[in-house]
Amino acid sequence: MVTSPTQRLVVKLLGGAVAMFFFAIFVLPPIYDVFCDITGLGGKTGGKYVPEESVIDESRTVRVQFVATNNGAMPWDFKPMVHEVRVHPGAAVPVKFMAKNTTSKDMVAQAIPSVSPINAARYFLKTECFCFNQQPLAAGAEAELPLVFIVDRDLPSAVHTITLSYTLFDITGRSDAPLTASTN
Amino acid sequence: MAHGPAKGIGRWLFTTNHKDIGTLYLWFSFTMFLLGGFFAMVIRAELFQPGMQIIRPEFFNQMTTMHGLVMVFGAIMPAFVGLANWMIPLQIGAPDMALPRMNNLSFWILPFAFAILSSTLFMEGGAPNFGWTFYAPLSTTYAPPSVNYFIFAIHIMGASSIMGSINIIATVLNLRAPGMTMMKMPLFVWTWLITAFLLIAVMPVLAGAVTMMLMDINFGTSFFNAAGGGDPVLFQHVFWFFGHPEVYIIILPAFGVISAIIPTFSRKPLFGYSSMVYATAAIAFLSFIVWAHHMFTVGMPLTGELYFMYATMLIAVPTGVKVFNWVATMFKGAMSFETPMLFAIAFVILFTIGGFTGLMLAIAPSDIQYHDTYFVVAHFHYVMVAGAVFSGTGAVYYWLPKWCGKMYNETMGKLQFWIAFIGFNITFFPQHFLGLAGMPRRYADYALQFADWNMVSSIGAFMYGAAQLLFLYNVIATIVAGKPVTEPKTWEGAEGLEWTVPTPAPYHTFSTPPEVK
Amino acid sequence: MLAKAEQLFVRMLAPLLLLPLAANSMAEGGMWSEVINMTPGVTEVSRQIYDLHMIIFWISVVIGVLVFGVMFYSMIAHRKSKGYKAANFHESTTVEIAWTVIPALILIVMAIPATTALINLYDTDDAELDIKVTGYQWKWQYEYLGEDVAFMSELATPESEIYNQGEKGEFYLQEVNEPLVIPVDTKVRFLITAKDVIHSWWMTDFGVKKDAIPGFINETWAKVDKTGIYRGACTELCGQGHAFMPVVVRVVEKAEYQEWIGNKKAEAAAMRELTEKVFTKDELMAKGEEAYNRSCAACHQTNGEGIPGVFPAMKGGVITTGELAGHLDIVVNGKPGTAMQAFGAQLSEVDIAAIITYERNAWGNDMGDVVQPIDVLKFKQGQ
Repeated sequence: MVTSPTQRLVVKLLGGAVAMFFFAIFVLPPIYDVFCDITGLGGKTGGKYVPEESVIDESRTVRVQFVATNNGAMPWDFKPMVHEVRVHPGAAVPVKFMAKNTTSKDMVAQAIPSVSPINAARYFLKTECFCFNQQPLAAGAEAELPLVFIVDRDLPSAVHTITLSYTLFDITGRSDAPLTASTN
Repeated sequence: MAHGPAKGIGRWLFTTNHKDIGTLYLWFSFTMFLLGGFFAMVIRAELFQPGMQIIRPEFFNQMTTMHGLVMVFGAIMPAFVGLANWMIPLQIGAPDMALPRMNNLSFWILPFAFAILSSTLFMEGGAPNFGWTFYAPLSTTYAPPSVNYFIFAIHIMGASSIMGSINIIATVLNLRAPGMTMMKMPLFVWTWLITAFLLIAVMPVLAGAVTMMLMDINFGTSFFNAAGGGDPVLFQHVFWFFGHPEVYIIILPAFGVISAIIPTFSRKPLFGYSSMVYATAAIAFLSFIVWAHHMFTVGMPLTGELYFMYATMLIAVPTGVKVFNWVATMFKGAMSFETPMLFAIAFVILFTIGGFTGLMLAIAPSDIQYHDTYFVVAHFHYVMVAGAVFSGTGAVYYWLPKWCGKMYNETMGKLQFWIAFIGFNITFFPQHFLGLAGMPRRYADYALQFADWNMVSSIGAFMYGAAQLLFLYNVIATIVAGKPVTEPKTWEGAEGLEWTVPTPAPYHTFSTPPEVK
Repeated sequence: MLAKAEQLFVRMLAPLLLLPLAANSMAEGGMWSEVINMTPGVTEVSRQIYDLHMIIFWISVVIGVLVFGVMFYSMIAHRKSKGYKAANFHESTTVEIAWTVIPALILIVMAIPATTALINLYDTDDAELDIKVTGYQWKWQYEYLGEDVAFMSELATPESEIYNQGEKGEFYLQEVNEPLVIPVDTKVRFLITAKDVIHSWWMTDFGVKKDAIPGFINETWAKVDKTGIYRGACTELCGQGHAFMPVVVRVVEKAEYQEWIGNKKAEAAAMRELTEKVFTKDELMAKGEEAYNRSCAACHQTNGEGIPGVFPAMKGGVITTGELAGHLDIVVNGKPGTAMQAFGAQLSEVDIAAIITYERNAWGNDMGDVVQPIDVLKFKQGQ
């Protein structure tokens, strides 16, 4: 098939346009996520961390504060059991949050963590976190939600206070988790 | 093939002639300009005094959103596509655009798209109300039902722009008359060529953004929803990756028009032709790497914020080069000040002022105080209205004689210019003060200390609106009863192939390519 | 002829001599400064920003005067009507290099103070007080971390003023029922998030603006060096109430702050006692009307008619004239998937009891119900 220079150019340009469309949907979001994961920018913390050895830096104390927010019309009681702890980098620290489904319906929640300051996010390592899973709670049920974290010893020395914020979202309509009363 | 135009409405529905399609785009864009202007009049009428007098805040948000969408996508962009259609083939000595039938399609899907967008005003829940920048989750989880129609309309407009750009690139690269090398092309052609590449690169990104929105809203994905592991800030990154090049898409063709008008009325060649080409290319390249300067308060890390500040400041360099070159073109020319020249000179002054406020906005710490205030509103109206719109208006006065063989009334043209110029400045200069004094944008109501300047701004807006009606009158009066002109070179200092064809331009031109030395 | 043009040009320059006058009046204290320019503010950061703003502004003015000066001179001297003959030069590499390099150097010079200011702005470390700021549609919630003090800060301007049924007060749209209170000369860290859509917390006089993003936490800081009441705004479009959720901060002496925070903690305890109190219907109706107009009327309207299709009517409403349990449930727990928030976490039991009593009896609903704070508490606990 003989094509003219114009036809070939048009095909190339159209191809470019289509490529940019798929770039926007399938490349930009993952690049953004990877960038955020690697750098901790945007306050996103990583997934489950498996610690190697625990060498604790006793010379340094970091203040870790806990903050809880309910998103939208999420009515649960949700709060940290302690406001803050002081930790040594390298030490595994357990804390608990409390959640109570105050409604008369079974519901499922998802907690999303966010860390400030931004340059501390990738040094905040969670070995166990209720945010890794969806949280089903039957009507009226209450649960203690566990978190075990380590502040990495490589945390920049300029950072003395880290704030960990959880936002609790109602994902009842969206989740596949079976609704059972749980007091894990 | 050298017969005249068809008769009746069929001519306009099925035309593949670049002059007809240019005319269609221009009339469509002017209608949209009046529609978007009407929304602006509603906004300024409500903001005339503190308190809600005329409309409710929910409707106000629909007005500001629709004003932005209609002006950007329905008025400014199609207007310059119309100029491209009319002038590019004439300026390069081509008989028509490379893809005349796709050209027809590119135009006719636009009225369809804007009919859909306008109809959202009458839907339950009202029109889009989340700003023309439609950030998630206001535009996803919290959007009115019309949001799906909004997304559909954006897709169609985007398709129109992409097809138009493909057409322009193919035309400019493949259909130039022999002897018309790239570095002999008029700057209007250069700026449109570069703009067309920008459009092909970023309109699909906008399509991607609204598609991700569509999926979040209707199909349970979580691109922008934190609950599902997504991020509202991702929306802002994707949007502005489109949005920043978009504003250069708006202004580069306007630069091209100014580079045609000033040499003509200075009777002197454009100063620094090659620099102008390189500067345009530099601006286009830089436009891709500065997008997050729209997001300085979003919570970006320090290094990111510093980078975007430095990169944005850099754009001042090639832009400054262009302004200096225009002034150098005027300098020691033999100037006359017909209406197109008045608009071009006003462009240079007012766009430069907009450029200065742009530089101020680029300084990230200062932007903490300017961001999302009327200071930003003032900035972008200076560059988009006193910039792109004045350039487009000047272009119409400049090329109207060639299009229809009639000369506009010079006194009426000057009158329209002065009313527009004064009205524009009364409307938007005080908005700098409002922003600096602390008035945020997209506010339906405001505290009492902002009342005086808001009243002044509203008065200016009504004056500026009146100037557009006068412009409409001027154009129609010229077409219907203007003084006939037959001189091919209508303006004494005009250069370029379009001024070698008869006036008015015949339906088919350059069926045989011209000789270009 | 050329001399005449030059004369004209010089005369046009004369007004520029007024620039120093303008500069003086634009500086702090000048008569125009309140309504033309931003103010230096009351923190080191805001002053750095102000200085930077003025430097860039004046550099722009000088460049503008030079460039426009050349243009205006040219427009007067190089006119065809005056018989001027056009030159033919149209390029000069030297000149192009010059006007590329010199602006670049000016930009580099500007970037230095800009960088210093930005680094300072980002330095949130070692704060003495942490306050969580949460943006709601359409109000702010302030929580003093570690103190167990939290409250909503809502617009106090009555709807009647907004809809021109009464004269507007001095602080129209800039007043709230409960401002944020912080001590002077204390580094305060603000942790900013949002409950629903993106908002933005702007305290103009502090030089502080940060987006409030649902699901994420942002931080910024301020150390205010002067007591007073400061008024800011929400600066990210967040729906119909965007212009109606001001930020008001009262900065007080440190001793006064200690007293205030002590009182707030005592208030919380007193509120728990008030929950036991039995109010009369009149007391509940009066308090309910005030609380309803403050926290509910933005959507459901003071006349209880709501906005058809968007916000349900209270007057003759299905829930307000239906079973009490359903009414309690929707006010306390909200309605997921809609704009109806869970007010159980935002308002005291006293307020909720009063609001529900008011809603059930106002506008001709006349249900006769009276809801006591203890009823609300029992509902919350019994679920």
